[in-house]
Amino acid sequence: MDKFTILDGLVAPLDRANVDTDAIIPKQFLKSIKRSGFGPNLFDEWRYLDHGEPGMDNSSRPLNPDFVLNQPRYQGAQILIARENFGCGSSREHAPWALLDYGFRAVIAPSFADIFFNNCFKNGILPIVLDADGVDQLFKEVAAQPGCRLSVDLDSQTVTTPGGHMFSFDVDSFRKYCLLNGLDDIGLSLQHADKIRAYEERRRQSEPWVFN
Amino acid sequence: MSAQTLYEKLWQSHVVHTEPDDTTLLYIDRHLLHEVTSPQAFEGLRLADRKPWRLSANLAVADHNVPTTDRKDGIADPVSRLQVDTLDQNCAEFGIAEFKMSDVRQGIVHVIGPEQGATLPGMTVVCGDSHTSTHGAFGALAHGIGTSEVEHVLATQCLLQKKSRTMQVLVDGSLGKGVTAKDIALAVIGKIGTAGGTGYAIEFAGEAIRALSMEGRMTLCNMAIEAGARAGMVAVDETTIDYVKGRPFSPKAGQWDQAVAYWRTLHSDEGSKFDCVVELDGSAIKPQVTWGTSPEMVVAIDGCVPDPARETDPVKRGGMERALIYMGLQANTPISQIAVDKVFIGSCTNSRIEDLRAAASVAKGRHIASNIKLAMVVPGSGLVKHQAEQEGLDQIFRAAGFEWREPGCSMCLAMNADRLEPGERCASTSNRNFEGRQGPGGRTHLVSPEMAAAAAIAGHFVDVREF
Ligand code: SF4
Repeated sequence: MDKFTILDGLVAPLDRANVDTDAIIPKQFLKSIKRSGFGPNLFDEWRYLDHGEPGMDNSSRPLNPDFVLNQPRYQGAQILIARENFGCGSSREHAPWALLDYGFRAVIAPSFADIFFNNCFKNGILPIVLDADGVDQLFKEVAAQPGCRLSVDLDSQTVTTPGGHMFSFDVDSFRKYCLLNGLDDIGLSLQHADKIRAYEERRRQSEPWVFN
Repeated sequence: MSAQTLYEKLWQSHVVHTEPDDTTLLYIDRHLLHEVTSPQAFEGLRLADRKPWRLSANLAVADHNVPTTDRKDGIADPVSRLQVDTLDQNCAEFGIAEFKMSDVRQGIVHVIGPEQGATLPGMTVVCGDSHTSTHGAFGALAHGIGTSEVEHVLATQCLLQKKSRTMQVLVDGSLGKGVTAKDIALAVIGKIGTAGGTGYAIEFAGEAIRALSMEGRMTLCNMAIEAGARAGMVAVDETTIDYVKGRPFSPKAGQWDQAVAYWRTLHSDEGSKFDCVVELDGSAIKPQVTWGTSPEMVVAIDGCVPDPARETDPVKRGGMERALIYMGLQANTPISQIAVDKVFIGSCTNSRIEDLRAAASVAKGRHIASNIKLAMVVPGSGLVKHQAEQEGLDQIFRAAGFEWREPGCSMCLAMNADRLEPGERCASTSNRNFEGRQGPGGRTHLVSPEMAAAAAIAGHFVDVREF
């Protein structure tokens, strides 16, 4: 998992409430044997005018020009802002996988669905809860200013706009620690790498055949 | 040191680190992989730019999606093919040993691990598959894991675990003729229920267990998961040591004596305490047949389909009623009057050489009944198949009207082309009789290999003891 410290990124506004995981990544794409590669099908039903299926050449599909992520000014966005209850619906981890694969590292909304919120942390995405007024203000700044970027500082737990507005957010300390250090379960276990090696050394003496 | 159970010994010898809340980093000696649960784990490694911690700990094989008929043309279904190809590619990229579909050593992951000596006494063995409990037959701590844990094991050679409670299933007495390890397993599940072992690691012990071959012990431990326990195990004895000797991954001459000396300590000490003990009289166990859609819905062959009206618990009654509708059965029907359409002898529960010998001994000189649409024998591995052919078992089966197939999971879960049609009834040596397990609408009755062969000959369930 990549470390998350300071993110200075282009913002895309998705002005909808209750964006569900089926909208984030429709179910036909869950047949994949991969955890990556979902990016081209992120928000598939909104993003394209035809019906998407796995294996299609997405680059030749008709884009929906009205969908926000298709607008030139939001290409390369890394921060998504949205309304209440983002990520509701199923527990599919394909949803954060798709956001990450597309390029998003942070999502800002007034509230998130619980499971989605957890899944984000496991995948190096920072979900940020700001109050509805704060989020509304972000929507306005982004609309008014093409190329609007936000600076997200996890260590100081702040979001800063180009206009100098600063918002503070809460984050659970253990999760913050994992994200700041780029640690997942595996990363944490690997912090004990020396112990694992020492253990292996002992076992190599007592039960060498295990290591043949 | 105070008296320890086998489970405690296995646990303690693999502890790398313990957190204050007792979450333990447990070292994993052997990691088996198959095509269905590994792709995202490999992908995870790739994305994080990680390498497998210890390559030699891993052994991979494709089993769930492989065809059991002619393999020259490869796999017809593109989704299945992709999963198998992906395993091949991942193993090549990361340098993991794999038995490919064309390799004679290919087979069901839980058959080939022990067959190769990759599963050894005293090991921790994991695989992204719930029936990893099978390997506990060797006095090993073995259980299934999820895909994230597959990745965790690949990357760290460890798992984050909490200790289980211990259950001893004590089966004394000796089994009667025609009664097998499969019948013990079903009788235990019938007694304690499919959630009876939840939270426990089960050790099977007692005279009837000690008398079992390794194949039988594997059958029994395989179904520990069906009793709700992630792990089942049997203490090491001469039977274990004899089986392990001379296998490709087994300790070689220089290490053998040292290994055996250690393995002989792998039993529960005199006076060790289990959190729970369940006792069965082995001599009273009869051949078992499941009648419903859960392995705990089981009766003896001389019994009848139970009557929900006599069940006082309303939740259980409702479950029985739904199961009878799904299975197309009437309450109080004698089991021996239930006719079957298909017979499946195979799966990681019952596809080893001893299982095939037992089924062949019933089929020998006979022919399947005219109402049987298909009777198939699917050996657990290419090596089992080869050995069976050396012994002429394939000829016995073919002469009796059975189909003799290539190794794999096959109709145990119908992920390849082998499946039941809706409404078809099957006598199956596999481990799960869930709705749709062997194909949508398919009706599965779990039995031993002898009982399955006998049902194929008679066209309905029969008591193999009188056959
Ligand atoms: S034979 Fe059946 S139970 Fe065993 S691993 Fe294959 S699918 Fe799973």
